[in-house]
Amino acid sequence: MTLILPRDGLSAHPPSLHPDYKSTVKRSPSRGLVIIPQTLSEITGPVYGHETVDAADSDLTRQHAGVPLGERIIIEGRVLDEDGRPVPNTLIEVWQANAAGRYVHVGDTHDAPLDPNFTGAGRFVTDAEGRYRFTSVKPGAYPWGNHPNAWRPAHIHFSLFGPSFLSRVVTQMYFPGDPLFPFDPIFNSVPDENARNRLIADFDLGITEPNWALGYRFDIVLRGRNQTPVEEPHDD
Amino acid sequence: MTESRKTSGLTPSQTVGPYFAYALTPSRYGRSEFATGDLRVPDLSGEPVVVEGRVLDADGAPIPDAMLEFWQPDAEGRFASPLDPRGRSNSAFKGFGRVETVEAGKFTLSTIKPGRVPGPNGALQAPHITLGVFARGMLNRLHTRIYFPDEPANAEDPILALVPEDRRHTLIARAIPGEAGRYRFDVHVQGADETVFFDA
Ligand SMILES: [Fe+2]
Repeated sequence: MTLILPRDGLSAHPPSLHPDYKSTVKRSPSRGLVIIPQTLSEITGPVYGHETVDAADSDLTRQHAGVPLGERIIIEGRVLDEDGRPVPNTLIEVWQANAAGRYVHVGDTHDAPLDPNFTGAGRFVTDAEGRYRFTSVKPGAYPWGNHPNAWRPAHIHFSLFGPSFLSRVVTQMYFPGDPLFPFDPIFNSVPDENARNRLIADFDLGITEPNWALGYRFDIVLRGRNQTPVEEPHDD
Repeated sequence: MTESRKTSGLTPSQTVGPYFAYALTPSRYGRSEFATGDLRVPDLSGEPVVVEGRVLDADGAPIPDAMLEFWQPDAEGRFASPLDPRGRSNSAFKGFGRVETVEAGKFTLSTIKPGRVPGPNGALQAPHITLGVFARGMLNRLHTRIYFPDEPANAEDPILALVPEDRRHTLIARAIPGEAGRYRFDVHVQGADETVFFDA
C-alpha cells in the first residue's frame, strides 16, 4: 500500500489540553503521542451507506406527531477531502439541543423546556458529489458549568466517517455572528483563526426557502487525499 | 466568496460533549443502532473473544460518558473496507463497534480475535483492534490499539516496537484467569500508567 494521508493539515485541530476548557485537564494525555506509520488498520474504515438511514433521519422537524417550536433551518454542504474532492456516500450523524437550549439526553438538567416534538438527532449519507442536506430548528444557547456564567454558543454536533479510520472526525458547527464566540473555550480551543472560522456555517439566501426556512451552508473537509478505491484484485 | 476559506484546510475536531448518546449510542432512547459492542454475525468464523474494561481519567476516576469505537479485520486479517486491496471476506462481518461507557466507566466488546494484517514493508503485524476514544473533555479523538497477551507475534510487531518498552504493557489486554477468551483492557487517559496513544 502506498496510500498515505498527509500530516500537514493536522495543525488545524485543537490541542488535547486546553486548560480554559476545564475538563481537558484530567482527560488529556500528558506523555506525548507515539507517531506510527499508517498501516491498513489506519487507512481502512467502515462503510455505512444509505441502508443506515431513512427519510425521517434527515428532517428533524418531522420525527414526531407535531411540529417543533423554533426557527426552522436547512443546513446544506459538501464533504470534501484535502484536495477539495468530494467524499461520496459517507455517513454523517448530527445531534443538537432544541430551540430552548435543552437536550433530550437524560443528563441535561438545564432549566429549559423539552419539546415533545423534537428529539434533535439525525443521520444521512452524502451523495455522489459529497453533498448533504437536512432540516431542523436552530438550537438555543445553553449554560454549562465550566466557569461562572458560562454559555455555549448555538451549535450542532457533527460526526463523520469518511473512507478511513484516520478520516473520522467529530466536530461542532456554529452559526454566524454569535455573540458568545469570544467567551467559549471549546470554540476557541482551535488555535488557528482560519481553522476556527471553518467551524462557522455561512448564511445562504440560495438555500433559504421562501416562507419556510433559513438556509445555511457548512462544508466539511476530512483528512485524506486522492482517496480513490483500489482496483478489484485479479483472480490469478 | 468564502468558498476558498471553507475548503482550504481540515475541519477542526471538537469534543463529542456529554450529550451524544441519544444520537450515537441511542439504544437507551429507543432508536436503532448500526454499531454496538457486539461485532459477531451469524456466519462468522474465528476465535470468540470478549474484551472488557474501563476508561479512567488522570485521578483514576471512571469516565462514565465516553464513547469507544473499535475497528478490526476478520480472523484472516481482511478489513470490510474498499480500501483493503486484498479482496473482501464473504462474511457479513463489519469489524466496527461502538459503545458508550456507563457507570464506573465500564465497557464490553464481544468479537473474534482479529487476524494479522500487513504493516510497513509488508511485515505482518500482531493481532490488534484499533480503538478510538471520545468524551467530554477530549477535544480530539484518542487513538490506540488493543493487543493480546501470550501472542508470540507481539515480539515482532512493528508498531509495538515504536513504543518505549516500559509502556508497551498499556497496549496489551490481560487474560482473565479461568475464563478462556475473556480479556481486560483499561484505558488510562492520563497518569502514571497512561495508555499509549498514537498519532498516525
Ligand atoms: Fe452541545
